[in-house]
Amino acid sequence: MNPQLEIQLIAIFIATACALPGVFLVLRKMTMMSDSISHTTLLGIVLAFFIVHDLSSPFLVVGAAAMGVITVWLTESLHKTKLVSEDSSIGIVFPLLFSIAVILISKYAGSVHLDSDSVLEGDLVSAPFYRLELFGVSIGAKYIYISLFYLILNIVLIAVFFKELKVSAFDPMLASVLGFSPILLHYGLMSLVSITAVGAFEAVGSILVIAFMAGPPVTAYLLTDDLKKMLFISGGMGALNAVLGFQLARFFDVSISGAMAVMTGVTFLIVFIFAPQRGLISIALRRKRQKLSFGMLNLLIHLLSHENSEYETREAEHCSLANHLHWHEGYARKIVDKLIIEKLIVVENGILKLTDTGRTYTSNEYSKIFNN
Amino acid sequence: MSGESLKTNEYIAIAEDLTVAYGEKPVLWDVDFNVPKGKLMAIVGPNGAGKSTLIKSMLGLLKPVAGKVEFFINSDNKPSNFKDKGISRKIAYVPQSGSVDWDFPATALDVVLMGRYGHLGWIKRPKKADKQLALEMLEKVGMKEFQSRQISQLSGGQQQRVFLARALVQQAELYFMDEPFKGVDAKTEKAIITLLKELKAQGKTVVVVHHDLRTVTEYFDWVTLINMRIIAEGEVNETFTNENIDKAYGRIRSDLVEAVNTDGESRV
Amino acid sequence: MMDILSRLNNYTTIVVALGAAVLGMISGVIGSYSVIRKQSLIGDGVSHSALPGVVLAFMMTGNKSTEVLLLGALVAGILAAGFIIGIVKNSRIKFDSALALVMSVFFGTGLVLLSIVQKTPDSAQAGLSRFIFGQVSAILKRDVYIMTIVSAVLILLVILFWKEFKLFSFDPEYAHTLGFKPMRLNLLLMLMTVFTIIIGLQTVGVILMSAMLIAPGVAARQWTDRLWLMIVLSAVFGAGAGVIGAFSSSLAEKLPTGPAIVVVISIIVLISILIAPNRGLISKALRRRKSKKGWLEKGVKGGDII
Repeated sequence: MNPQLEIQLIAIFIATACALPGVFLVLRKMTMMSDSISHTTLLGIVLAFFIVHDLSSPFLVVGAAAMGVITVWLTESLHKTKLVSEDSSIGIVFPLLFSIAVILISKYAGSVHLDSDSVLEGDLVSAPFYRLELFGVSIGAKYIYISLFYLILNIVLIAVFFKELKVSAFDPMLASVLGFSPILLHYGLMSLVSITAVGAFEAVGSILVIAFMAGPPVTAYLLTDDLKKMLFISGGMGALNAVLGFQLARFFDVSISGAMAVMTGVTFLIVFIFAPQRGLISIALRRKRQKLSFGMLNLLIHLLSHENSEYETREAEHCSLANHLHWHEGYARKIVDKLIIEKLIVVENGILKLTDTGRTYTSNEYSKIFNN
Repeated sequence: MSGESLKTNEYIAIAEDLTVAYGEKPVLWDVDFNVPKGKLMAIVGPNGAGKSTLIKSMLGLLKPVAGKVEFFINSDNKPSNFKDKGISRKIAYVPQSGSVDWDFPATALDVVLMGRYGHLGWIKRPKKADKQLALEMLEKVGMKEFQSRQISQLSGGQQQRVFLARALVQQAELYFMDEPFKGVDAKTEKAIITLLKELKAQGKTVVVVHHDLRTVTEYFDWVTLINMRIIAEGEVNETFTNENIDKAYGRIRSDLVEAVNTDGESRV
Repeated sequence: MMDILSRLNNYTTIVVALGAAVLGMISGVIGSYSVIRKQSLIGDGVSHSALPGVVLAFMMTGNKSTEVLLLGALVAGILAAGFIIGIVKNSRIKFDSALALVMSVFFGTGLVLLSIVQKTPDSAQAGLSRFIFGQVSAILKRDVYIMTIVSAVLILLVILFWKEFKLFSFDPEYAHTLGFKPMRLNLLLMLMTVFTIIIGLQTVGVILMSAMLIAPGVAARQWTDRLWLMIVLSAVFGAGAGVIGAFSSSLAEKLPTGPAIVVVISIIVLISILIAPNRGLISKALRRRKSKKGWLEKGVKGGDII
């Protein structure tokens, strides 16, 4: 296989693998915790390396995953003392563990094949140099299989525990009532996140992992309300970002993982602006429409409640309406015009009056609002 | 409405045609709300009726979709806005006690002293006289001995008293209080209502969001019942009737709908 | 012993220690506000986001002097903060997700730009990557001057707006009803935080800067219930950690300064949480035991318990 294609495949597998558990992180408001984990797995990797002295040992993954769980536990214990707020706890634990890792790396830089650059952005470029051989035949870059393993692991675990994860994401109380231990699920998910972060570490380094875990799910969150769909969109977005990012990096000859993070931002921004329901544009349009229909109803109710009262002249005078309701002239005129066209009100001697249709309509709406 | 029988110059604050929405959900619809001068008044209504929303809009904490708020608090009795110079000094606010972080590094005295900040304006420091006043008010609410306690180490009732003292040092003309009796012990409740009556005796106006229907008649002399709109307002003995309470809390009955439906011609 | 003394008495070490002390002090002061306002993670976000600004400033000017790079960092930091606020305000995305997304995308952009700089022949990248991990040894006397001036201005602002910041941090709605403008105070505090982060970047780097902001304040909070004392203590803890970290890094072989400072300040946090009077875990446990004992004795005497 051509090395470029191999790198591309690895990028896709890793990005998709990160995007899947990320959905639950975003829904459970734990993104910053996973950011913390992605930093501290470094310490796990370093410590495990000191024991096994082999950077490719699967034991490193175990060490890193354990460190992820320890991070969560430490952060929560600190918060549980009630002396430190939740965000401060995160902000104290991960820099400490990360600092220890950096100190260890720089002290033993010679023996650990880890340098600051690979921590920063991983080392996708050299991935094709490590081949996997089966019966003496090279069957492709080793890391393709490793990253595929991470992807499949995530897909399988999420598929198997979908129901439990779903309940715990939306209603942890219900989850425990139904007999799913929220703590077990919580730590289970955090272990999966840690393992995935380790898998991504070699490809994208420890700082950018969070872009791949948070970006696609957040983007998907703007496109759907359905958890299953969100998982699919998020995974697809992850893959898309990997493709676009890698091509961008190749074209301009820049950092691959950096370019993938940039594309994560670009795809998010596009969705943020243009999403059909929750995009900036459609929100702005909807608000404008709502403001108008809201204003119309507001005026109708205003007229209804002052109808036949001794203050009707003052309250319903056409020319002073904008001033009276503290509305902009243009806005008030637009609302009055629209109500007249819809035959809900008429102007009589400079006074706004409800028509019969208008009165019925308003009182129906009124009872809908006030009687829920 | 009996409120209309008062002349305009007897109101210290009014809201006209006020409509307020949270995001896309309207909470108050076309509300005319009047605060008569020198009264101890209650705002009463079910949960979600918009009581807090109403006083927050009065104070400019929420921006209304329509309508306006005016104060007649200056001696010339001309209408002014909350933002106008010097107006905020004449208005004090006691927020709901759940709204702050009690673990904040501040003592009871610190918190009460904050009530003077508005009078001091930007940058200037509290003087000895301010501190004196703060201590005086702490004593008044029976909290002087707790002045150097960190606020989380006070009971709910004590916290509420500190908030009250903070409003008292503002030496305002008009007081807005959001559920000051919520979660306090009987002793504190009694102490608070005594103070409020004292304020009224001094000619101040006190507006209280209140949730306990049983004590309305005993505590207040003026009441406004609301449920997304004004149900009734006036002297407590005239206005706080079963009929009005039903209107405010009932789910099915609604005066306007009835009025229109009995008015046969409107049925199409 | 003489060896140690001579190493510490070295010109570079003293400049570095001074720089670390100033940084520790100012992040202790400004960070205290982040801690009491429960916005600790904003520092993390802003510091990561500063990277593309640093690199872009260099690419555009070709200048590697601290002021130019910090200006770039400032612009990027403010831009990122704007993005985060904009996303939270205009969508249903929560603050933590918006923060994570924006900071990692900005950081990725920084790496992309850095990889462009690396390709240029007169590779100046060595001077830029110090912003990521921090490199105290690269601090010049001039940098310490800049840090000191910025810190002095920030502290002056804290003193000037002491009452306003206190009120606003405690109860922004109430601040509004007193006639102050919470939006302005928020903006000012935010800007001050960004400035602090920016001057800390080259010392401890983007990843560890958040700890510098949070840890001193958290440690100080345990010892006192007074805001002014908390901020003074926080400044002392921060400065102390800076000096100790800087010295130990110059004594020990291959001990990077930024991480060393973070480890020291974390130890201070741990000690404070354990032994601080009143709030500390140990004193709490003792009190609980005492009250339990007293309660039991009373119960036995009263005869209504047991």
